[in-house]
Amino acid sequence: MKKLAQTEDFKSLAERLPFRQARSGLFARQHSPFFRTQQRRLILVGLGLAGLIACLILCVTFGTIAVPLDQTLSIIWNHTFGQIWPIAVNYSNGNDTIIWEIRLPRLLLAAGVGAGLAGSGALYQGLFRNPLADPYLVGVAQGAAVGAVSAIVLPLPAFLYAFGLVQWGAFIGALLSVAIVYNLARIGGEVKSTTLLLAGVAIGSIMAALTSFLTYLNTNKLTAIYGWLLGGFNMTSGWDNLGRFLPYLGLGIVVAFFVGRRLNVLQMGEEQAALLGLNVPLIKLVLVLAATLMAAAAVSVSGIIGFVGLVVPHIIRILTGQDYRLLLPLSLVWGGVFMVITDSLARTVMAPAELPVSILTAFCGGPFFLFILRHKKKIEF
Amino acid sequence: MSSPFLEIKNLSTGYSNKPVLCDISLEVQPGELVGVLGANGCGKSTLVKTISGLLKPSGGQIRLEGRDLLKLKPEEKARLMTVVAQNASLPAAFTAAEIVLMGRTPHLGAFQQEGPEDWEIVRQVMEETDCWQMATRPVGELSGGERQRVLFALALAQQPRLLLLDEPTTYLDINYQTEIMDIAARWLVEKPGRGALAVFHDLNLASQYCKRLALLSKGRILAIGSPAEVITAANIRQAYDAAVIVTPHPLNELPTTFILPGKKSL
Repeated sequence: MKKLAQTEDFKSLAERLPFRQARSGLFARQHSPFFRTQQRRLILVGLGLAGLIACLILCVTFGTIAVPLDQTLSIIWNHTFGQIWPIAVNYSNGNDTIIWEIRLPRLLLAAGVGAGLAGSGALYQGLFRNPLADPYLVGVAQGAAVGAVSAIVLPLPAFLYAFGLVQWGAFIGALLSVAIVYNLARIGGEVKSTTLLLAGVAIGSIMAALTSFLTYLNTNKLTAIYGWLLGGFNMTSGWDNLGRFLPYLGLGIVVAFFVGRRLNVLQMGEEQAALLGLNVPLIKLVLVLAATLMAAAAVSVSGIIGFVGLVVPHIIRILTGQDYRLLLPLSLVWGGVFMVITDSLARTVMAPAELPVSILTAFCGGPFFLFILRHKKKIEF
Repeated sequence: MSSPFLEIKNLSTGYSNKPVLCDISLEVQPGELVGVLGANGCGKSTLVKTISGLLKPSGGQIRLEGRDLLKLKPEEKARLMTVVAQNASLPAAFTAAEIVLMGRTPHLGAFQQEGPEDWEIVRQVMEETDCWQMATRPVGELSGGERQRVLFALALAQQPRLLLLDEPTTYLDINYQTEIMDIAARWLVEKPGRGALAVFHDLNLASQYCKRLALLSKGRILAIGSPAEVITAANIRQAYDAAVIVTPHPLNELPTTFILPGKKSL
């Protein structure tokens, strides 16, 4: 670069001088585009995380039995760090069980699932450069349904269900389905996005038909099957599921944090991305893998919850722009917030009965999305 | 004669079971802009795609300063060369500067973010291509000429040695055509060890900006040499199946082509 500067003609060099000097001070450094975007990213993601934590703590107190905030904080603190909560608060064993054994793992699971679905939706929308892409696009949901329903209807020994057979069935079904789709779409060592999309739709239809067939053959287990298909967090409880699927979710989330810059470049089209030195086939594989792991892990513990994966990334996109380095982490965080709030509503609005959360996600999220869409009047894609 | 900057030897290429280019040999000397001409479908763009690595050749060699381009990794290649494509799609919501910043991709490590020095390069190339003033505008709002300049800046931000231009002035008005080509000509001589290959559909533009031209016809090189040698009425008739009049440019004597409406032959 120094050599380049030497050959620049004298006039343009003189014109640039004030600009150079202005950039040298610390104040100017703060205002350079680089620091501005980096700072904005950190602030927005930090705010989102703070919001998620606040939301979790508040929602954990709500329910059929309301637990006061100070007790809640004390219970969480005591279980996490041992008995060192600075201000002693008395609480009953019942409250302790409600918060630590029932509500907190459930809400953490909801946060994880929301994050997984929204993150995976954002990844797919970026990969396919298609605003209609969602986590279930390449057959995750339909594959998971076949896996879960198979596990429910097959005559298997009862003790297996204690190890989360239905969840594992869903997880494996989802992964298998995506693997089939991905291999079908690979023609001559190349995976075209449109082929991937079409193969996903085709395999999805076959899987959906299979699910219907299995359901039709086993009408005696209809309640269990529909309970799973409707989706929600009421069928699983305790810390088991969290431990079982969080690693996969975590893996996907870590990848999502690192692919942002490359996903931005991919928005220019695959040819231009290749010209910029991106190993496009590898990036595609990593993206599909990360998105699938997140979506499959989410679906396996919660059933099929629609809408979150499609709309949360869009809301973030409308509000903050198309930069995936911001869009991906914010989708993860606010997907979690959205899910925690809707699940808390699902638990409480018709208490003691519980509403399937997938009904609420569309009921709450739909109008909000339409409001933002009308207000901003554009989706930049 | 010094060793060539870019050397293409006996190159054959095409799409699955349909050969497009056959036994192409072409050289670009350091500091030179070589123009490639030919009718639609003759394989001009295929040649650029093959050199840039988007298409695998079925035979032949491509060497850049002695290095085999076909054996380089994508990011190594992207540090050496790039393409200014015609009407590439740019994601509308990104600002011009953000787009140009993406040109730094091949120079960044796997988990590295852009630093102030990358922004400095962005500013420099955007000033060179006269688009720094639109740095903060979303590219969706830019006009065709402005977008093409941003694309050019993006290519320069990669700091390539070899620049491939694939009909870079398509859809542009004549003021932008000369502007884009002037930028390319300036870039070439700014620093040693640079070269460019450009595909043209405008014969007169090619004649004005290139010292050497290659005329393709039916996947083979029909003529190669100076504009005066290549752009002749006979060659044009053979390559394009069109009747034209070729006369010297009034100022610089370079061959200038005039079309003849309503006539297939003179």
